[in-house]
Amino acid sequence: MTLRGGRRALAALVALALVVVGGLAWFLWPSTPQVRGQDVAIPVLDGPADDQRVTLDATYFPPASGGRAPAVLLAHGFGGSKDDLRDEAARLAGRGYAVLTWSARGFGRSTGEIALNSPDYEVKDVRQLVDWLARRPDVRLDGNGDPRVGIAGGSYGGAIALMAAAYDGRIDAIVPQITWYDLADALFPESTGRGAEHGVFKKMWAGIFFSAGGGGLSSGGSAGGLAALTGGGTGQRAGQGTGQGTGQNASSGADGQTGADGGNGGDGGNGTTAASRQAQCGRFQSEICDVYLTIAETGRATPEAVKLLRASSPASVPGRIRIPTLLIQGQRDSLFPLGHADANARAIAATGAPVEVAWISGGHDGGGDADTEWVEERTTAWLDRWLKDSPVPGAEAGRASGVPAPAGTATDTATDTTATAAPSGPDATAPATGTQDTRGGGSVRGVQGFTVSRDGGRDPGTRRAVVVHATAPSYAGLGGTARSEVRVSGPVQDIANPPGGSPASISAVPGIGSLLGGSSANLGVSVDMPGQAAVFESAPLPKPVHVTGTPTVRIKVYGTGEVTLFAKLYDASGGRLAVLPSSLVAPLRVTASESGTEATVTLPAIDRRFDAGHRLRVVVTTTDMGYATPAKPAAYRVGLAGDTLSLPGDASLTAPATGPAWWTWAAPLAAIVVAAGLLAAGRRRTASERDGEPDGVPLRITGLTKRYRNGEKAVDDLSFHVEKGQVLGLLGPNGAGKTTTMRMMMGLIHPDEGEIHIFGRRVVPGAPVLSRLGSFVEGPGFLPHLTGRANLELYWQATGRPAEDAHMEEALEIAGLGAALERAVRTYSQGMRQRLAIAQAMLGLPDLLVLDEPTNGLDPPQIAEMREVLKAYAEGGRTVIVSSHLLGEVEQTCSHVVVMRRGRLVFQGPVGDLLGSRSPVDGPGPRLEDVFLDLIGEAR
Amino acid sequence: MSVNGDAAVPARASETPARASATRAAGNGTRTADDVARPGGGTDAAGDGTRTARGYAPGRTLSLRVEFVRQFRRRRTMAMFGLLLALPWVLVVAFQFGPGPGGQGTSSLRMSDLATQGGLNFAAFALSVSTSFLLVVAVALFCGDTVASEASWSSLRYLLAAPVPRDRLLRQKLIVAMGYSAAAVTVLPLMALLAGTIAFGWNDIQVPGTGETIPAADVLPRFAVVVGYALVSQLVVASVAFLLSVGTDSPLGAVGGAVGLVIVSSILQAVEALGSIREFLPTFWNTAWLDALAPEPDYSGMIKGVAVSVTYSVILIAFAFRRFRAKDVVS
Repeated sequence: MTLRGGRRALAALVALALVVVGGLAWFLWPSTPQVRGQDVAIPVLDGPADDQRVTLDATYFPPASGGRAPAVLLAHGFGGSKDDLRDEAARLAGRGYAVLTWSARGFGRSTGEIALNSPDYEVKDVRQLVDWLARRPDVRLDGNGDPRVGIAGGSYGGAIALMAAAYDGRIDAIVPQITWYDLADALFPESTGRGAEHGVFKKMWAGIFFSAGGGGLSSGGSAGGLAALTGGGTGQRAGQGTGQGTGQNASSGADGQTGADGGNGGDGGNGTTAASRQAQCGRFQSEICDVYLTIAETGRATPEAVKLLRASSPASVPGRIRIPTLLIQGQRDSLFPLGHADANARAIAATGAPVEVAWISGGHDGGGDADTEWVEERTTAWLDRWLKDSPVPGAEAGRASGVPAPAGTATDTATDTTATAAPSGPDATAPATGTQDTRGGGSVRGVQGFTVSRDGGRDPGTRRAVVVHATAPSYAGLGGTARSEVRVSGPVQDIANPPGGSPASISAVPGIGSLLGGSSANLGVSVDMPGQAAVFESAPLPKPVHVTGTPTVRIKVYGTGEVTLFAKLYDASGGRLAVLPSSLVAPLRVTASESGTEATVTLPAIDRRFDAGHRLRVVVTTTDMGYATPAKPAAYRVGLAGDTLSLPGDASLTAPATGPAWWTWAAPLAAIVVAAGLLAAGRRRTASERDGEPDGVPLRITGLTKRYRNGEKAVDDLSFHVEKGQVLGLLGPNGAGKTTTMRMMMGLIHPDEGEIHIFGRRVVPGAPVLSRLGSFVEGPGFLPHLTGRANLELYWQATGRPAEDAHMEEALEIAGLGAALERAVRTYSQGMRQRLAIAQAMLGLPDLLVLDEPTNGLDPPQIAEMREVLKAYAEGGRTVIVSSHLLGEVEQTCSHVVVMRRGRLVFQGPVGDLLGSRSPVDGPGPRLEDVFLDLIGEAR
Repeated sequence: MSVNGDAAVPARASETPARASATRAAGNGTRTADDVARPGGGTDAAGDGTRTARGYAPGRTLSLRVEFVRQFRRRRTMAMFGLLLALPWVLVVAFQFGPGPGGQGTSSLRMSDLATQGGLNFAAFALSVSTSFLLVVAVALFCGDTVASEASWSSLRYLLAAPVPRDRLLRQKLIVAMGYSAAAVTVLPLMALLAGTIAFGWNDIQVPGTGETIPAADVLPRFAVVVGYALVSQLVVASVAFLLSVGTDSPLGAVGGAVGLVIVSSILQAVEALGSIREFLPTFWNTAWLDALAPEPDYSGMIKGVAVSVTYSVILIAFAFRRFRAKDVVS
């Protein structure tokens, strides 16, 4: 039934195709319809004297739930615009928030100039956005003019969230991501605690920042690259935009020109505009532009610069952010490293406000794609918790818990100078050193939760990085809950600052770090130039060490004058490349002396497991590509002041255990159940095989019917029986159903109706009684690669019966193949195969022998011989059934005959009866041929 | 007719013995009938109505040894094993011929670049280049050919009429085919290990990508896991081929069908838009064994791969049995 099989296979294929197409459609079909935003232009007044008119380009997404809903302000990253946040805003609106996104002044289609989140400009803008929200009919109010509102945003947008929270008491919760605590510290980091005034200029990041702001008139999406780079939205898109980012960097001058032509840049107040000035400053405020031009030229922080940058920083408003804050900071972030979130967390927690800290895998250096969903989920959860009334059963009722009531709601925050308890630690008193806190032990009071994204390997399926989120109930800070010490050693080494500061060592390269790193696996390329690096190394670690926080090391610098150095901590595994965790370096400036100046270096904050057998390697270099270094050639000597490297750790961070996916055990079990079902349902009833008389005739066929697939009957209600000792001839023209009947006798095909009994046993496929049947039906079947003898021997062995019962030699004599027996069957002629097949049928001298056209392909002597063989065979009480269309042969061989025509029985009886019954009166004697033709109704 | 004529010569020569044998068979008839009638001759001793021939028991039919021998002398079996055994040596020669890895230490850390680092690296490389196609073909050949070729030779009906019960026939054939497949999948990495060790020495394994080294002694048990996984991951191919083999009389159709399914699955696997659905494609996890050779072995992918593989093959094999039971054998 290959045809049927073919149809089934076709059906299966069609089903498979349907499943595949359906699955594709289901996956690719656009999901829920987008919430539509309404573009609005919101005019605001800002500036120190509230006299500058700016129009903010905003989009309002009404809550999908209807009614009065809490509001969320979504702020974009530097160089971006409100368009970056469209999707996130729509999703939040779908979750029942009134969402407002806007392009900050100086970005997108908003007018005005960039003032770097200044309290006089951007912060005032946001306060008026809150006013605007308070007037919306679908925004929930806490009081008159006081909407229930939260702010979320990354980088530049995160800073405005913090600043606005400090200056506007109406804001209820914020989620600042990958943003700064002190912008001065971020651009002029210094790792020995000397503050931004002595910091090393982060020139590449500053340049990217500045050129992004110089982008001039950006028509919506054109600033997308850098917008993403500097943290549009969640900051997770950072990795994707970096390629374009650097490109845009190069062409920023031209963009500046465009801005000037559009007349949309600076105007009015900052009067002295010339085209060249526009080209230089783009949309930056003149004051900021001047400061940048100065510091970019000298590479040194000026007091004015520090003052200006700090004014735009949460560091300038200690104790004034007193609302629930979720701080999300990136581990791969050479712009705003983890220390900034740490300082923010300390400052806010000191007020008693609920704070949680999360270190995600990405950051401004990219590679955080695996955390994107998690960040959005956590952001939403945080907003849900604090903006909606106890959305989660058991969660603290947000606003009711110990959040200090915002002072002076909707009043001028200039008067809001409430003194709160001084934050503990050095942060509040010395904001500049906040990011260099090196205390160990204990936790930061008030911070309620701490999550660290850790490398969970790769998803075995997608081959993408997998992040596991380790959590701790309290936040230990950068000093960890406990510190351990590892000995490092190395001689005092001579290192040189190359003339012009080039070639420079490479660690994180802003903008392309993600292209090289790709994932959170810290595979960024870091290169130390020979002659510029002093290397100190530990012995292989006896057991793994997990570092969470800022390791510290004490070095000694010999030489003269002020020395700029970069310290890094490598994980050296013995492989070809040592890994610089998160590609971070700690810049420092010390005044060297010939007798050696000691400095305690706070290395970059990381979360990393250093495996057993790996070495910790401290490298001190004179250059780094991302920073401004002195151009003057110089040489110093660097050694260790103490031989220990102090490593913080947080043992309370635990990652949820991840077992194998549930389906890995469920699917095979289900498959076994299905398989068992399939087999049980497919079992044919074989119970009746046992019935039947114990002493049956060799063959009894009753009512046998078999239909072709098209319904035509191959065998139609056939009944006959064969007695012991008979040689029965089964006669019929082609297509009479002889072979089909024989196949049913062998259990090869299933009859549609009727039964066959052999020696009283019903024939079903594989019925044991078939072992008493020898058969040769429709040609021989041998393994062509085996010899004739091997075929017969293996066949007999396949029956599992004792070898001595085979009567192999007699059978082989009947085959009469002689030496050909030892040749492969594929070399046999048709007649030889035929004789071998008959011999196979006679193996074991079966009680019933069924032969289908046995004389086909035999020559006359062999036919004659075969005739004798069959007669002799039946004489011993055995039974032989021979089908044939050769009438003469039947006449000479058979004692009985069954004549079939079109599946039906036409005659059964002794050959003599057949001849006698139709004996013509006039003829010389009955001829079987005549009788036969008569019977089957053919014309003579 | 000339063929017949040739064949007739030995036939005629043996005419007399044949006749004699016929007579003897007839003469012995009574004796044999007595044998059959003798109590204990069959499973039921009720006179002539014995249910079976003497010594017949369904559980003894088509023993594994017999089936193994039946398949072993086939040319395609020999050719496939010859190919699998020769391939590592061909690769060794190929690596010897090519220009050496340019500049020590600067060459990239792909698996093919590391193949000459030692026997283990070479074996891993040999396995990685052959799992996607060569081993698939080998497994499809052994499992797809086994029933279909019997059908095409017509020997299937004589086995069934012997009678070998259908379930038993299928089971024995499946076991032997799986055995040959397993041998094929095992013999290649083992020979590669031998060839690589002779050619490149017994060195610690160097991990692709990072270039880290793992001591050879540590990695040897993992290598066993790798080979075991390679076996399990071919189960789907084996069972698809087997199912097709049961359904068709054309051995090449069954083999080609199974290989075709692997190709289709590999193509679908490349469609990113399918997302995590792809994890349930039968070929998706075929390279998951690479995770076992990482410095930190990660078995989660292999566990998923085993689950997918076992799930598919159990159901497919159940279908094969169900189908064969109900099938009308007409070939």
